[in-house]
Parts: sequence; C-alpha cells; structure tokens
Amino acid sequence: MNVTLYGVRGSLATPGPLTARYGGNTSCVGLTGADGSVVVLDAGTGIRPLALELPKGLTRVDVLLTHLHMDHILGLGFFGPLYDPRMEVHIWGPASATLSLEGRLRRYLSPPLFPVMLRDVPCRLELHHVVRGPVPIGGFLVTAGRVCHPGPTVGYRIETGTASLAYLPDHEPALGARRFPLEPEWTSGFDLARGVDLLLHDAQYTREEYPRHVGWGHSTIHDALAFARLAGVKHLVPFHHDPGREDAALEAAVETAVRDVHPEFSVTPAAEGARFELG
Amino acid sequence: MTQQPVEMILARQLTGYLSVPVILVDTAGTVVFYNEPAERMLGVRFEETGRIEREETDRLVELSDDPTAKPGDAGHPLEIALEERRPAHAHRLMLRRSDRVRLQIEVTAFPLIGQEGKLLGAVVMFWERPGP
Repeated sequence: MNVTLYGVRGSLATPGPLTARYGGNTSCVGLTGADGSVVVLDAGTGIRPLALELPKGLTRVDVLLTHLHMDHILGLGFFGPLYDPRMEVHIWGPASATLSLEGRLRRYLSPPLFPVMLRDVPCRLELHHVVRGPVPIGGFLVTAGRVCHPGPTVGYRIETGTASLAYLPDHEPALGARRFPLEPEWTSGFDLARGVDLLLHDAQYTREEYPRHVGWGHSTIHDALAFARLAGVKHLVPFHHDPGREDAALEAAVETAVRDVHPEFSVTPAAEGARFELG
Repeated sequence: MTQQPVEMILARQLTGYLSVPVILVDTAGTVVFYNEPAERMLGVRFEETGRIEREETDRLVELSDDPTAKPGDAGHPLEIALEERRPAHAHRLMLRRSDRVRLQIEVTAFPLIGQEGKLLGAVVMFWERPGP
C-alpha cells in the first residue's frame, strides 16, 4: 500500500511561505494498492493536486469521507474525475440521523455555495453510506467506526494482506476523560487503530491551547502520542495541524511532545507530499 | 476487550460529571460502568467489581417493588428501556445492597439508540427518596 499526503492542515487552508514546509492544503490522503486501485481519504483542498497525479487510464476512484465539515469536503467540487464521463466515482461517508449522505453533500454542492449541482456531474457517481465493515474496496479492506468528534464522524482502518493504516484526522478521544487514556474498551477509535503500521491522527493543539478548545473535536499532540501508544501502533503521523501553526512552531511543538512522552514508535509530523510505503 | 461504541463512551464521560447515581448497561443488560455516586449508593467501587453480568447483579443489589408502590409503577425501567426501547420511570422501588442496607429509590431508565437506529444499551439513573 502506497500512502501519499496531499493535505494535512486542519480547519482552514493556509498557503504561504510560513507553512510551505508542511503545507497548507486541508485533509486529503491518497492510497494506491498493489492492484492499482485508488482510494482517497477526505476531500479537502488537497484533493485537487491529488487528481492531477491519478494514473492515466484509471476508471474508478473511491473517496472516503470521515465527516462533512468544510475542510474535509471543500475540494470535492474541484475533483477532476467528477467531470470525466469515463470515470466511476464512489463517495462513502456518514449519513446523519435525519439526512442521507447525498442530502448532506447537496447543501454544499448546489447554489448559492457552488455553481454545479451534484446530480449534474458527468461522471458515473455513486454515493454510499459507510457501514462498519469490513468492506472490500478495490484491493483494500475498509472498516469504518464512529469516533468522538462533533456531528456524524467516522475514522477508517484500511488493510491489505500485508499492511494496515488507520486514519483519524478529527478525533478527540480525551473529551471528558479525567485521565487519558482510559482502558482500550473506553477509548474512542481504539479498535480502528489497534496495532496498525501507520496511524494518521489528529494533533491540532498543544497542551496549552487545548483548554480553550475542549469539545471542538480535536486532540493535543501529547494525546495523539498517548493514543498511539495505547493502540500499539508502529508509526504515528500527527495530522490536521492547526492553521495558526507555522512550520517552525509545528516542529517545536511535536519535538516537545516527543521529548515528554518518549514514544517507542516512530513519529513523523504530516507534511504535504510525504509518501509512505507499507507492506 | 472490544471497544465500546462511541455513544457509550460519551455517556460514560458524562456520568463521571454527574452527582446522580448512574449505571450504564449494554444490550444484554450487563453493567459495563457505574459512576462514583452509584458506587456510594451501592457500597462498592467499580474498580472492585468491573463489569457485572446480568445474572450476577442480584449479588450486588436487589430491586423489589416498594409495598406502597402504585399500580402504574409496575415493570422494571431497565427492562422496558432495553426490550421496548422507550424511557421508563418507577416512583417507588426498594434497593437492597449486598450489606443488607435498604434504600427507597426512584429509577429512571432510557435506551441509548445510535444514529443508525441501533440499540447500544441503556442509562439507568437512581434517585434516593428520603421518606415514605
């Protein structure tokens, strides 16, 4: 499984020289399987450059949305395959208690917010409500699970025969916990992340920032490390960087957390363009 | 141990901040958590018991109808919550702890139903009644 990060920023795209090293595009990750199948995780602004790198001749792509906050769907209307009649695009995501995935996406992909209606895109479009799974998608086995974040939100575990990845870009497992982490049974996202080769996990805040953002659905870098340790992952990639975190501050914040926690696993802050080969 | 659904995890976090005794049960009626006020009421800490299977709960606590109960109080709120998926309240129940202490209580139970419409468990709240 090849993993490429196209957008790692949380909440708001932040282009500019001060974020050039880690990147300013919002959440989007591309996965390529050994059989050539392509899965896209979230449709933040990073999905536009991802589309430019899709292999020629590809006829199907699956987009797995964790939730429908704007930073995770803003790029969807600019996703090239939607406008290619030869392409089959499958979008997976959570419904709400009262609206289907299609109904929820239409709120963005319709006037006045967007000029093109979802029903008018020329590709062969299929929408799927996520199920817990595991569900085979191309060469991947995908398991979804609801996680602690405001509104219907899932995380994903993606496996092949030889590799595993967990993607929890917006996740606040420490919410309300008097100590964190609790036991695995009582930790949101644990089953998804258990023992994976690579964990992409929310690390938006520092410990000093978190008290002003409790309940907003995001983790501290320290909590991301603690969660990764509890889940026994091999490699943690702190993800969904705060839009106000410039490159130098981001590196310093991650270094501080690593120095405090002494993780027994690798830690690599998410950077646009980074590639990981698993399995 | 399999991870609990996130709705149950959030319910547990909430109960940790309440002053009312609360028990969380799963769909099988197994007690999977109770908070500190419930520990005080039951006379035993959750760390000591851990999860309690439905058939074992009688060893910890016994609920019986208060002799002064009204006809409308028939039925166990927890069973109604789990089996009929609706909230229920009993105004007059007697709770007998393992140390034989008896308490007059009211019980409220309601089902936890996730966004997919799936029953995940129930929340049971206990209200001590000071007098007859």
